[in-house]
Order: sequence, then C-alpha cells, then structure tokens
Amino acid sequence: MYPLGDAALVLELGQAIDPATHRLIQAFARLLDQHPLPGLREYVPAFTTLTVYYDCRALQQAGDLPPYEQVASCLQALLPAARAAAIEYAPGALVEIPVCYGGEFGPDLEVVAQHAQVTAEEVIALHAQAEYLVYMVGFAPGFPYLGGLDAQLATPRRAQPRPLVPAGAVGIAGMQTGIYSLPTPGGWQLIGRTPLRLFDAGRAQPSLLKAGQRLRFVSISEAEFQRLAS
Amino acid sequence: MSISVLKPGLLTTVQDQGRFGYQQAGLVVSGALDAVALCTANLLVGNPETAAGLECTLRGPTLRFDTDALLALTGAELAARINGQPVPTSRPVAVRAGTVLTFDAPPRGGRAYLAVAGGVAVPMVLGSRATYLRAALGGFQGRALRAGDELPVGEWSATGAHLFAALRPANPRGWAAASWWADAAQPRAQPTDALLVRALPGPEYEQFTPESQQNFWAQTFGVTTETDRMGCRLSGPALTRHTAAELLSSAVTFGTVQVPAGGQPIVLLADCQTTGGYPRLVQVISADLGRLAQALPGIHLRFQVITLAEAQALYLAQQQRLRALSSAIQLRII
Repeated sequence: MYPLGDAALVLELGQAIDPATHRLIQAFARLLDQHPLPGLREYVPAFTTLTVYYDCRALQQAGDLPPYEQVASCLQALLPAARAAAIEYAPGALVEIPVCYGGEFGPDLEVVAQHAQVTAEEVIALHAQAEYLVYMVGFAPGFPYLGGLDAQLATPRRAQPRPLVPAGAVGIAGMQTGIYSLPTPGGWQLIGRTPLRLFDAGRAQPSLLKAGQRLRFVSISEAEFQRLAS
Repeated sequence: MSISVLKPGLLTTVQDQGRFGYQQAGLVVSGALDAVALCTANLLVGNPETAAGLECTLRGPTLRFDTDALLALTGAELAARINGQPVPTSRPVAVRAGTVLTFDAPPRGGRAYLAVAGGVAVPMVLGSRATYLRAALGGFQGRALRAGDELPVGEWSATGAHLFAALRPANPRGWAAASWWADAAQPRAQPTDALLVRALPGPEYEQFTPESQQNFWAQTFGVTTETDRMGCRLSGPALTRHTAAELLSSAVTFGTVQVPAGGQPIVLLADCQTTGGYPRLVQVISADLGRLAQALPGIHLRFQVITLAEAQALYLAQQQRLRALSSAIQLRII
C-alpha cells in the first residue's frame, strides 16, 4: 500500500498479470461497492493494483487519524475478507462481441495470417474461439485490456501507425488483442470491426465492458454488421 | 438568457469541477485546470461551486451578453475589456443586455476563467458539464466554442440577483464592477525565474537514480509546445531509472509526473487518461494543481518536495479559504 499524491492510495495486490491477482482485485472492488468507505470518491482497478481516490475534507471530520492512515487502516481491515471472497469469486458475465472480420474492416487480417503461417479463415477461427478476460478498462474511455489471445496470433504492431483508426476496430498488438473505443491514431494490426459502441455517454453505464467480465468474439457477415450498426 | 460567441478565442471550453465516478470505465475527469479559480469566479456571482463557466486559453473570446448578466473573471490576466475599458478581475461585474466583452492580446498569457450568474447551462453529461474534447463529450456540443454559438445561461441565485442590484449598471449597455475584490487562491508571488510547484514522491520515485532525483528538485524544467489539456511535456535534465523493467499499466491522475523512456517528464493535466504505464516520478499536490493551468510554452517550472501531511494541510486550508469567501459574499448582500 502506498500513496499516489495527497488524495489517492494504491493497493498493490500482485506482481504480474494473472487471473489470481485479477480475482483478488475484483473481489476487493466488489467489497468496496458493498461497504463504501467514508471519504471514498472512486476506485480504479488495474492489472496488479486497485487505486482508491479519497476526499480529505470528508475524512478530516470522520476521525482523529490523518486521512491517509484512515483509508489505509480501513482497506487493511478489508483485506482478509477480500482474500476469502477471491477464493469463491464467481467470474463476471460473458459478453459476446460481434465482429465482421477481414475486408475493409480488417485490412491487416492477411498480415496476421502470414505472420502466424495460417489462413485468414484460421485466424478468424482462433480469434473467435478463445474466451478473453477484461483485466481492466483504461487508456481511453471504454477501452478494454484483454487477456487470453492465442499465442499463435501474436503479431507486432504496424511499423507506421494509422493516423485514424475508427471506433469499433478490433486489433492485435503483440500478445494483446483489443477494441478501439474512440477514433484515435493507432498502430495495432486491424483484423475486423464490431458495430457495438464500446463507449456511449448517453448510457447509464457508458462503458460496454468492465473489468472482470469475460468476452468472446462472434464472427458476423457484413450484412449483419450493417443491420446491427443501423 | 444566452451569450453569443462573436469570436471564439484560441481555445475556449465550458468546464466545471470535473466528471467523477467513471474513471473505472476509462473516462477521464476533465474540468477546469484551475478548479479553485473557477470556483472563486462562481462564488463571486452567487453560483454554486459546481456551476459551469468558461476556460479561456491565451486569447479570450469576444462575447455579447444578450440579456443582463453578472460575471466574474479569475485566473490569468487576459486583459478583458468592455467598451474599450479594462474590466477588473476577481470581483462581480454587472453588465446590461447588449454589452460586448473582448480580450486584448495577452500581456502575460495563461488560462483565465469566466463565470456568469446562473452558470453556463449546457446539458449535464454523466454528472458534469465539463468538456472532454477528445471524446467530443460534455460542454457545448463536446467541442471548443466557435463564432455563432449561443451559450445558454441558467437561473440566477438570490445572491446573484442581489449582487447585480447593488451594482446598478446604467442602461443601455452600461456596466459596473464592484469596488471590492476577493481571491481564494494562495498569495501568488509572481515567479522570478520559475513557477513553483510542490509535489510528493510518486510510486516509482525510488526507481530513479539519486542523480536524477536530485536534478529533478534542483533544476528548472521548461514547458514545451507539446502541451494541451491532457498533459504538458517538459524539457530539462534527462531523468533515468536504475532499472529498465517495463511497468504494468496502473492509475494516473491530474498532477502525475510520468517519465517516458526518453527521460523528459510529462505532467498530466485534467484531461489525462485514467491509467498509464510510464514510471510515476512525483505527484503534484492538490493545492498546487491550479498553478499548472499557467504552465504554457515559455514558462519554467521548479518542483519542491513536501510531506503528505503538509500537502493535505495546504489543501484543507485552500478549501477553508473558499468557505470563508463564500460566507463573506453572503454577508455582503444582507
């Protein structure tokens, strides 16, 4: 446990990207949802950390200890319960992401196929048969960091990043696969696109995905893409 | 009630105290870079602290108030004028319908804040009116102001109405500024050589070499032109770690100073992403975040280390000054 400035505390719960650390972080986050701590503003789960933002003003009135110590001791007290909950942790919901692979939506599908020395159809099959885990959401609104890519599909980033990658583009970069949530410049190898909106400020839950969910890509035709997108 | 944008200025956006609660969805906080300055401007026109105002960068906009308005300017001195006369800052200013507010070329530059009684009443998006430019979200249609925009203004508070009545601006197109002024910001000694920013060692501070740590506190850093509301790239002595280990992405926030492989630090600002993978050298204290609103190209920064207890005491004292300012304004109108 250590401070991130004067208004946040970082709980470090592991050293590497692995499902056990992820379960502990998720279990801890669920405990915080159920038992909101005094002065807690919000929290941000990541691969090995859970960062808790707190409000000094609320904590100043809440107790005698300095604000950081108050938050630290509350979190310390929750740790055994979080460890217990992590053992019985039920995996998050399975979300299906329809993807139209190849063609104009996946201009780098052949690059990935050549790199993996398989056909384009096999790339699609390998990508769509795996179950992925949303480790965290960050980098951009609604952008999921996914674990679970078939090692055979790992492909280096493009030498020249594209100036603009559309929202919904599904790509591969090294051992990562992900979905662009906003139109941004990007260097990932693009293999397809989903018609779903990963981030929509008009929804009560603006991000389609959240940390802890499981994910599967489902191959769809261009006609289905157009139908779902409209 | 509305305000017409005749000229947009260099980069003028609607901002408030920020959009909290969605960082785990990857949504950045946004909001005024100098939240205390915007908060002060709001209090001066009888608004709640959370009301939305305008953040003006370097060159302010030209605005026409289509109805009577009460406004206040805080932050950098951007040489605001009405009918050619300078408008004083840090106080309520009453203007009649039809009045045009302009900004001259900045003598010193920086970011200024404009609050109007009733607040800029753009729709609330996920609990805030702040503009997040990259996602075209919140604010006025998710973007910086343009000529021809009509900004809606909300209902005045009783305090705002009293403050306006007390100033009795002449009609038509007259204006009057209060003879008193108030500022909740700490006394700001104008930097002789560099803008002083206090900070706490960050999570990866110990990974930096002793020489880099020493240089960071001892030297000044120039603000480069690679600067926007997301962050501010600095230039100074190269900062190196004694390890090359890659880091896993973890939370970053407004005021995080991160150091990419090149060794030149970046200070993250209000529109920064929620997580990042660069080593976090230091974290600017909450009470000094507003100073970063003036970190524009040409400015130099100097960092000073303080303790967590001192940082929190400074923040609470700053909040206390805002409470006191709010009470003082309430008392004036009774």
